Amino acid sequence: MPKKPLNDVMITGEQSYASLDEAVGSMVLNQKRHKLPWYAMFLLGFSGVNVLGAAVTWLLYQGIGIWGNNWPTMWSFDIVNFVWWIGIGHAGTLISAILLLLRQQWRNSINRFAEAMTIFAVMCAGMYPLLHTGRPWVAAYWLLPYPNIMGVWPQFRSPLMWDVFAVSTYLTVSLLFWFMGLIPDFATLRDKSTNKVGRIILAIASMGWRGSNQHWHRYEQAYLLLAGLSTPLVLSVHTIVSFDFAASIVPGWNVTVFPPYFVAGAVFAGFAMVMLFAIPMRAMYNLKDLITDRHLDWMAKITLATGLIVAYGYMLEVFYAWYSANPYEFELLVYRRFTGPYAWAYWMLIACNVVIPQMFWAPVFRRNIFSLLFVSSAVTVGMWLERFVIIPMSLMNSYIPSANQPYYPTVWDFAMFGGTIGFFIMMMFLFIRFMPVINIFEMKVLLHDLMSKPPARTLPAEVPVGAGE
Amino acid sequence: METNENMPEKGHLDLEAFREKVAGQGGKKYWRSLEELADTPQFQQFLEDEFPNRSTLMQINRRDMLKFMGASIALAGLAGCRSVFLPVDKIVPYVKAPEELVYGKPLYYASAVTLGGYATGVLVEQHEGRPIKLEGNPDHPASLGALDSMSQAQILNLYDPDRAENVMDQGNISTWELFNAAVQTALTAQKAKKGAGVRLLTGAVTSPTQAGLIGKFMAMYPAAKWHVYEPAGLGNAFEGAALAFGKPVSTHYDFTKAKVIVSLDGDFLNPAEFPGSLKYARDFADGRRVQGKSGTMNRLYAFESMPGLTGSVADHRWPVKPSEVQSVAGYIASKLGVAGATGVLPKGVSATEVDLLVKDLKDSSGASIVVTGPNQPPQVHALTNAINAALTTMTGKIQIPAVSYTEPIEANVVAGTHSIQHLADDLKGGGVDLLLMLGGNPVYDAPADVMFGDALAKAKVAVHLTSHENETSAACGWILPQTHELEEWGDARAFDGTVNIIQPTIAPLFEGRSAIEVLAGLLGSPAGGYDLVRATWLPKMGVEPEKGWRKAIHDGWVANTQAAPVSPGAAKAPVLPTFPNTGLEISFRTDPTIYDGRFANNGWLQELPKPLTKLTWDNAAILSPSTAASLGLLQDEVIHLSHGGRTVVATTFIMPGHSNDCVTVNLGYGRTRGGSVACVGTDPETGEWDPKRWEDDGGGFNASALRTTHNMCFGFGAEIKKSDYQLDGLASTQGHSPLDDSRIHDERDVIRDFTYTNFISHLDERAKKDEEHHKEFEENNLFPDKVFEWDGPQWGMTIDMNTCIGCNACVTACQAENNIPVVGKVQVKKHREMHWLRIDRYYSEPEAVREDPNTIASPERNPLAGENPDITWQPMMCVHCESAPCEPVCPVGATVHSHEGLNQMVYNRCVGTRYCSNNCPYRVRRYNFLNFSDNQPNFSINTTPWSQRKIPGVLHEPKHQGIELLKMVNNPDVTVRGRGIMEKCSYCVQRINDARIESKKDGREIREGEIVTACQQACPTKTIIFGNIADENSAVAKMRKDPRSYLVLEEVGTRPRTSHLAKLRNPNPGIEALRRAAAPQPMEEKA
Repeated sequence: MPKKPLNDVMITGEQSYASLDEAVGSMVLNQKRHKLPWYAMFLLGFSGVNVLGAAVTWLLYQGIGIWGNNWPTMWSFDIVNFVWWIGIGHAGTLISAILLLLRQQWRNSINRFAEAMTIFAVMCAGMYPLLHTGRPWVAAYWLLPYPNIMGVWPQFRSPLMWDVFAVSTYLTVSLLFWFMGLIPDFATLRDKSTNKVGRIILAIASMGWRGSNQHWHRYEQAYLLLAGLSTPLVLSVHTIVSFDFAASIVPGWNVTVFPPYFVAGAVFAGFAMVMLFAIPMRAMYNLKDLITDRHLDWMAKITLATGLIVAYGYMLEVFYAWYSANPYEFELLVYRRFTGPYAWAYWMLIACNVVIPQMFWAPVFRRNIFSLLFVSSAVTVGMWLERFVIIPMSLMNSYIPSANQPYYPTVWDFAMFGGTIGFFIMMMFLFIRFMPVINIFEMKVLLHDLMSKPPARTLPAEVPVGAGE
Repeated sequence: METNENMPEKGHLDLEAFREKVAGQGGKKYWRSLEELADTPQFQQFLEDEFPNRSTLMQINRRDMLKFMGASIALAGLAGCRSVFLPVDKIVPYVKAPEELVYGKPLYYASAVTLGGYATGVLVEQHEGRPIKLEGNPDHPASLGALDSMSQAQILNLYDPDRAENVMDQGNISTWELFNAAVQTALTAQKAKKGAGVRLLTGAVTSPTQAGLIGKFMAMYPAAKWHVYEPAGLGNAFEGAALAFGKPVSTHYDFTKAKVIVSLDGDFLNPAEFPGSLKYARDFADGRRVQGKSGTMNRLYAFESMPGLTGSVADHRWPVKPSEVQSVAGYIASKLGVAGATGVLPKGVSATEVDLLVKDLKDSSGASIVVTGPNQPPQVHALTNAINAALTTMTGKIQIPAVSYTEPIEANVVAGTHSIQHLADDLKGGGVDLLLMLGGNPVYDAPADVMFGDALAKAKVAVHLTSHENETSAACGWILPQTHELEEWGDARAFDGTVNIIQPTIAPLFEGRSAIEVLAGLLGSPAGGYDLVRATWLPKMGVEPEKGWRKAIHDGWVANTQAAPVSPGAAKAPVLPTFPNTGLEISFRTDPTIYDGRFANNGWLQELPKPLTKLTWDNAAILSPSTAASLGLLQDEVIHLSHGGRTVVATTFIMPGHSNDCVTVNLGYGRTRGGSVACVGTDPETGEWDPKRWEDDGGGFNASALRTTHNMCFGFGAEIKKSDYQLDGLASTQGHSPLDDSRIHDERDVIRDFTYTNFISHLDERAKKDEEHHKEFEENNLFPDKVFEWDGPQWGMTIDMNTCIGCNACVTACQAENNIPVVGKVQVKKHREMHWLRIDRYYSEPEAVREDPNTIASPERNPLAGENPDITWQPMMCVHCESAPCEPVCPVGATVHSHEGLNQMVYNRCVGTRYCSNNCPYRVRRYNFLNFSDNQPNFSINTTPWSQRKIPGVLHEPKHQGIELLKMVNNPDVTVRGRGIMEKCSYCVQRINDARIESKKDGREIREGEIVTACQQACPTKTIIFGNIADENSAVAKMRKDPRSYLVLEEVGTRPRTSHLAKLRNPNPGIEALRRAAAPQPMEEKA
């Protein structure tokens, strides 16, 4: 079978600055572009939000007992979902910050919605640590080191304490980064808008941006600074989340490989989610010229790379269980995970996260949207299972044999999980409709660069990736 | 001014107008209220207006104003007429406080509680007039300071909202005066017949006052009959004694003297079967207490069907069917030379081994005891008596033998079920005009073939004095509320005959009266309980009766009233019955927690894990693994269990160590009336068994329905058929889950158990190994292993697994002391039970067949181990790690360390992240997943909005004059925890603080032994010791240095303050050698 040629550019088609404005801007300015698929997806998300509302209300009314958490499995879906969502939130900042610093121009067409994903995913994630506490009404501020007349401070040695700082910092910086990047685009839309109300809102959102040289100068500096700030955060957030487990003494949690392995897993899950979102979106809004197959190919490669790191992590977990000669660790990691009653979860995880992503070695699978969607879905499921395998399965049996008890989730566990997925979908589709989904001005810069430079290769390059390079 | 009073627009409307309006309504109409009928705005105003017909006070003239004021003052004065017009407000401050009362400090009163008629001396802890806890009376011979869980939990029965409250006459509320009048009429009519139509039914009576009153009653009505029925009584023992000696006697064992004990289905450590079990347990444990290298161990052999407490601590245990015990007894008797005794050992019991046992018995004759239990037929009791007699006379070395006899402790000894059978026959014959039942529940627990329910319907007048309206009350015309033992004056004998004075510690909460007060009423001379008891005992108090009486009340028991030993003469070996021995044998046992069902409405006992099965809220059809396999049954399968033509729906429970071809069922479940907790499995509307409720809430099945007069203890030909019910039946707190395969790796040191000889011989070797481990640990530690130093007491605890019998007394003590809530079966199934203290049960293969005798091996290596494994109990609660993993992970610092070494929970600070529990290697933290302890109606344990499940036993609407009764049982010294809070063992910090305050007041240090934790106090075997480990002379510090002492999971680096002491077994060396030789060769070590 002949390899399908890949158009090796970041923008295809007959493009001008105006056409870029039109392609992206009209999604906001021309509300008629949003057709049935948008409404269907919004409805799906909105239903999920309602389920979430019901689940949270009932949770606050009754308590954690509505979930399946038990003794000894005190954490389960609550923390599994928290870690999963935080992981999904990783791609955005990685794309925006690290790829920016590495001058990877292909990030320009995907960074905006990846950042939005980050923010919404962190919002979803943030609900769990608060709501999973027994008394969220006091947990909401007792975990913060605020001065009080009782002289009571949080326990700074607790990884949960570190989580509070890590996640809130991450959310704040991501939000700032995202919003800053949006300012020039809001200004563009403000100028294009024919709707008075829209113009006023966009004018407020663009904060008086006039596109002067000074503005651009300040912008570039601030954006670079924020990128520098976010870069360590990409690594720190999931590192600290992994400390929730690694700093404990629970067999199956207390593993030094957790920080890098969690970060890689987060990027892995994040890119899978970006693809899961980008592929339908570019089809729905005809953005294939801006998010090209080449972008998907690059993303697939990163997914493959991080997936291999994750697979290495799995190997190390098992290796250390053996090498440490710790019988508890060995029993849990080898016996329980491989053959215990929840072994299916472990083997599905291996299938989803280790076996299936290997498809991406073959270029044909990196360029076929169906295989991309398949692998991305598998990775998303696999990463959820990974947290399930780590969290409740390690708690179900640890040191004291008499305390080994099975765990079963309840309908409310699924309701809350489904609810946050709904919230995420709803927010993403609201974002598509009311904010520029691709960074317009960066695409213009890219277009300018591409047009002003003599083409390195003839356009359209019919060179198969990996063959000619 | 002219006014038309019918004109509404004036805003005036008076009653005349309404009368007119009502009068005008023709025809037949129904209205719900006058308002509905005359629903006008004016009427509403009329109703709401304080001064009708006056739109404002300004319209009132001076005279009316004075009239109103006068009336107001007069009405205000009515408040002083409480009890005349208004209900009596009983909450009054102490006008004259009781002597020695200090607010906030409890007072302790000596009293007694009874179980099956036999008393145990208790101290009642009372806070400001509210009893909250029962503790053993250290001076009492049947308690020695300990108390079993059933007796302790009786405090909860006191505050049971389901108790019978009023005198009921045919379903209507009546009064005692009316009852006494009615019963006197009935009795007067009987006078002529000398009471031929009167029947009295009681449980076992040991109370001299009650017996005396009944005696008077019988004297007054000589033709009346007194029947006794005790569903779990000692009838077989008395009948057996009668067979052996020609007269019934009570048998007493002195385990302090015993070197060799053989239990022939005699679970003498079980309070539900032996009234003296607390004393027996103490003596038995003392007989095998090892300190350091010194100490001697008695040797216990057990033959039993269902593993019991005794079998769990036996050095050798043979699972035999209940019907086979007599063959074993016969064999032993014949080997001991008892005339006329024969017996063929059942299959699976090796004659060589039993010969060695017999040799052991002979070698220590006079210091050996053979004991059998209430579930064995009279013949086995007689044979056991003969064996003991033979052993006593064998050497004659011992002056006072280990087994002694007294006159029966019970006032009216009846054999087996004859008495209830006769009563039922008389009832069916229509000859009973007046049936007086003092307590009991024969409709539920009488043998099924007696058909007591049908018979009861024939009684012309049936009177039931009862604590709860139960199945029997439902069929009685008169229901009389009975006082709780903490509300009444009374007396009762302990197992050894010691007389206890029961004194009330609270005024009756309801209209109840005690049995003796009722009897006095029947005699026509109503009197208070105090007068009745005093009248019995004052004359017997010697020269200074008043002083003696006061001392008896103070002590809780009357000195020197133990029954005097009698020598019953030579014991004859009886003719053993022959059993059909076909099919599946069924064995009926009293329930280890709810007894015969009388505690079924007690949430503490329902949720108390049964010692061996760890089941809560249910009974089960208990089978051995191979019997279950041969019947094709799995764990938790719902079956139809039939016996004698009657069928119940039961759930299977597979029990290692159970005898084959036998099914054990516990009594007391399957209640249809008797309170909301007792009847959790039945539909409250219809009273029918409801599978869904049963699955969620428990309640079990009624095993009594399979019991007949001839098969009270065990029967034959039981059948098991699989049912169509797909239910997830049982709630067990340990094991029987897909994760539990009893895998304990050799490397793990959670449990240590050794044989005594092995322990002594390997002592130095093991100490060296331990030292190496310590050294290695210290060397591998990155940080210097130092904890906060403090020049003060350092609290610590030791748990001697060698003496733990797994009886659960500590669990209930902890529950009572620390306000631990009951969560219900549906929550237990989710593993959310709240007990701070749990007794872990571990199975292991006997040391003789282990590969390496120093380790615990897993049963999978040796399949035989699963059939009859060794059992080890390990009480486990917070071990108060010096380097506690829970502390650094709490983000709000809600669990912190005290300078005295306590790992403390700050409930107010806890936000419930549950990280501490995850990081606890011992898994001893408990979380309030829902609002378990609050009785507010808004917070039930519904986990879905559409279900209406409530915590069984928790009161949801204010009843009983607005008092939420169950809250009254709470210990005011301990915080009641709300939802979302983590909790755990606190080493009873309230008791520590109390002792600290006392010592500071006296200006001294806290004394050794001054602090006794609740679990330590209740423990009958003194397994738990608490104290200051910094004081080298303290008992706990010495125990901690014992060579058997080890720290569970020490390798994790937690440095626990609680240390466990390894279990020792003392098997017969001969049998051990035989088994070692016969053991299957160990399989190849796994690759």
